[in-house]
Amino acid sequence: MSLRIVVTVKYVPDATGDRHFADDLTVDRDDVDGLLSELDEYAVEQALQIAEDADDAEITVLTIGPEDAKDALRKALSMGADKAIHVEDDDLHGTDAIGTSLVLAKAVEKAGYDLVISGMASTDGTMGVVPALVAERLGVPQVTLLSEVSVEDGVVKGRRDGDAASEQLEASLPAVVSVTDQSGEARYPSFKGIMAAKKKPVESWDLEDLDIEAEEVGLEGAYTVVDSATERPARTAGTIVKDEGEGGKQLAEFLAGQKFI
Amino acid sequence: MAEVLVYVDHVDGAVRKPTLELLTLARRIGEPVAVALGGGAADTAAALAEHGAVKVLTHEAAEYADYLVVPKVDALQAAYEAVSPSAVLVPSSAEGKEIAARLALRIGSGIITDAVDLEAGEEGPVATQSVFAASFTTKSRVAKGTPVITVKPNSAAVEAAPAAGAVEALAVSFSDKATGTKVTGRTPRESTGRPELTEAAIVVSGGRGVNGAENFAIIEALADSLGAAVGASRAAVDAGWYPHSNQVGQTGKSVSPQLYIASGISGAIQHRAGMQTSKTIVAINKDAEAPIFDLVDYGIVGDLFDVVPALTEEVKSRKG
Ligand SMILES: Cc1cc2nc3c(=O)[nH]c(=O)nc-3n(C[C@H](O)[C@H](O)[C@H](O)COP(=O)(O)OP(=O)(O)OC[C@H]3O[C@@H](n4cnc5c(N)ncnc54)[C@H](O)[C@@H]3O)c2cc1C
Ligand SMILES: Nc1ncnc2c1ncn2[C@@H]1O[C@H](COP(=O)(O)O)[C@@H](O)[C@H]1O
Repeated sequence: MSLRIVVTVKYVPDATGDRHFADDLTVDRDDVDGLLSELDEYAVEQALQIAEDADDAEITVLTIGPEDAKDALRKALSMGADKAIHVEDDDLHGTDAIGTSLVLAKAVEKAGYDLVISGMASTDGTMGVVPALVAERLGVPQVTLLSEVSVEDGVVKGRRDGDAASEQLEASLPAVVSVTDQSGEARYPSFKGIMAAKKKPVESWDLEDLDIEAEEVGLEGAYTVVDSATERPARTAGTIVKDEGEGGKQLAEFLAGQKFI
Repeated sequence: MAEVLVYVDHVDGAVRKPTLELLTLARRIGEPVAVALGGGAADTAAALAEHGAVKVLTHEAAEYADYLVVPKVDALQAAYEAVSPSAVLVPSSAEGKEIAARLALRIGSGIITDAVDLEAGEEGPVATQSVFAASFTTKSRVAKGTPVITVKPNSAAVEAAPAAGAVEALAVSFSDKATGTKVTGRTPRESTGRPELTEAAIVVSGGRGVNGAENFAIIEALADSLGAAVGASRAAVDAGWYPHSNQVGQTGKSVSPQLYIASGISGAIQHRAGMQTSKTIVAINKDAEAPIFDLVDYGIVGDLFDVVPALTEEVKSRKG
């Protein structure tokens, strides 16, 4: 029986660029270069490894995002995923985590799945809650924040390195998994992969395809409101000294002056 | 006065500091009612009462340790239904965020994660967040339902505010989803005897410049002289020089200590994301052009192998 894997990937503003907010206090996704969230590359990588170990598996990558989010899908396809779904609708602009999880859950159900694999967090919102929310909505086990994952005989196993302990987890499929950046380096797309990706199918769905009303998502449907966003004032220039043999002493002097010693 | 539900993070009854900070914030918006689950839950009451909990709802069951997240969501939901609070506050750990999010979804509410401050507002609590690697500060509210907010460590001072802290047993019936993800093994983290990274007043971190696992001894020596926690950049962690649990940054811990000392760390955006809100920042780096120097209050351009041991000696002799 084939193993149907859906990987959720987000198209995010480049963290090394000048990220900012648009006038409506949503993340500006137009004026900043975007890319496949690096943390979702780990999810694609683990999906590929799980598929390689399975007899028969199919990987669908799924994104919710503007037109340019197709770039994220292409990247995932060129890494080796089989097909892609792009959920795009003007009414999605400004959707928060609760709304995102609704759209992802509906899309995952429509696509058909045994295993959903997500990244640990998006690099723009950094909430790290969407996988848990999708699991709650789907009513399937959440096996999240794994630094090691494997699937065998309809059971997913993994290691979750928490604050207090490292835990071994186990759940029956269908399940929602998220993986951390400790799960293993993501592969680079090969030239062959990039060429092959051009021919792989990318489906486009809108809210109607998913039976979601416009009011349930977007800025209007959001459960949270951002009232203000202010740029953090640049830190006042500090004192910088070159070590001429007295650096340690000078630093101690500074720390003592600040009452740290 | 409206009651505010506070989810308690504790280890066998020992309440962790971020929960006490939450009580400070909770008192700004109402009367804190604490929810403590799992082994030792009742032992948390004294500390919680001393910091303002009017009530402590407790429930012990093996499910909390044997299954992931969902039993705790079931319990928090039971508490929510019993208390009808005006807000729910949860410590911003990885698990805390997942619990809070699932609760919010169940009760038809919005969720705000990683708040660094919280005030009462006309339309409900206003949360301050630090976003885009701390380059922006936002103020947000939950617009629908009962606000569910997770708060980062070091967001408020722990304050004594004695209250009744009456212990009450919470009635919890687990949902059929509670046992979906089984915890089949658990290896507790070994204690280093140093302060918890996210809670420490001082953090001393080393990066690729430390150049080897064995050299982290000099970072640890400085940390110990200051009573600090030890952090590491991802480059140092990826090289296998220091455990991932000590990584500071976007995919590691986010810290906000009084003093952060970075040695041999360039200051990449992902590292800054986890330390930029530190009150005082100090860096030692041999490259005068390293971006970390844009953040510092005091920086030494020099070799960490000279500067760090010298600093450690100075600290020790000054402390006598
Ligand atoms: C999705 C994603 C998530 C990430 N998450 C994190 C994260 O959570 N935390 C994190 O830290 N990084 C993270 N990174 C990695 C980050 O981009 C940087 O690669 C990393 O922070 C670099 O670590 P470093 O500063 O130790 O190393 P480098 O950038 O190599 O800097 C080493 C510095 O040490 C200095 N140095 C060398 N020798 C000496 C000496 N003897 N004395 C003094 N100075 C010396 C050098 O001048 C240099 O500035 C992430 C990256 C991505 C893509
Ligand atoms: N718009 C989106 N499209 C697809 N996947 C998403 C989207 N937003 C979040 N995710 C998934 O959820 C994970 C956690 O996101 P977050 O909770 O927003 O930090 C990401 O790593 C993605 O796998």
